[in-house]
Amino acid sequence: MGIISSGFRGRRNKDQPGLPPGQYLTESFPVLSAGPTPRIDTAEWEFQLTTETGQSHSWSWDEFQNLPQEEFTVDIHCVTSWSKFGTRWKGVSLDTFFQDVDTSHPYTMFSSYGGYTTNLPMEDILNGKAWIVHQFDGEDLEPAHGGPARLLVPHLYFWKSAKWVRGLRMMDRNDPGFWETNGYNLHGDPWLEERYW
Amino acid sequence: MSLGLDDGLAGGTGAEAGGQDYLDGNALAGPLSEFSAGDLTVAEGRCENCGMTGVLATTRVYAHAPGMTARCRGCGSVLLRLTEAGGRTVLDLRGLSYLSIKRD
Repeated sequence: MGIISSGFRGRRNKDQPGLPPGQYLTESFPVLSAGPTPRIDTAEWEFQLTTETGQSHSWSWDEFQNLPQEEFTVDIHCVTSWSKFGTRWKGVSLDTFFQDVDTSHPYTMFSSYGGYTTNLPMEDILNGKAWIVHQFDGEDLEPAHGGPARLLVPHLYFWKSAKWVRGLRMMDRNDPGFWETNGYNLHGDPWLEERYW
Repeated sequence: MSLGLDDGLAGGTGAEAGGQDYLDGNALAGPLSEFSAGDLTVAEGRCENCGMTGVLATTRVYAHAPGMTARCRGCGSVLLRLTEAGGRTVLDLRGLSYLSIKRD
């Protein structure tokens, strides 16, 4: 019995440019979640970055909105095999959050409202590779898709793009997160099909 | 404290409960059979976080995800995670203090 639910039935096209191996293309936007959808009031929302010294940097919703915003279009790829091309987002680059942060640790653990976690190396979130986004397709991000704000790391499988993100802490080793402790790859590059252990 | 079989969650089908985004714990029966010839959904467990006890069939299972996540009906904590990943089934039980099953 297969237990993975992709929430989608799509069409495989091995010759489709931009489609990683083993993926199907979908026009819809399936909702996957390991728990109930939290409803977070932006008045209470906070994003916190904690370094190895214990120093915390935090941003309220208003402070987050006042950071330099980027609008961009990327393809996304879920480990359950669906891919969606041309998704349009608005948010803040992780480079911006790290501008005044002093750290030498090479790994991060992101955490979410609701308790989800996922690990990411610094080299996968800096230099324009990752964002905290709050709009999808010109609209505020819906709670089902991670609103009010989610992490977006489009070059890795989508379980790395933590919904309802609330912060990250620096790590000196690459400890696994929620799915990475339970059979899924520590890294998750869709072009290398880094799906599992 | 005991987990009752109320609010329609123990229908025995693994179907989505009342339009919610979770299934009842009977949905675990198939994949858990990889670990036991018996039906583990009738095993009683204790939530490590809040101490609530009940059989696995009464947990709330979130299955629209890379794996199945069973959560405590009392506090919502993760009790069990089950994935079929890369030709293996992986079971994480760290959210349970124990699992108990009666012998015949």
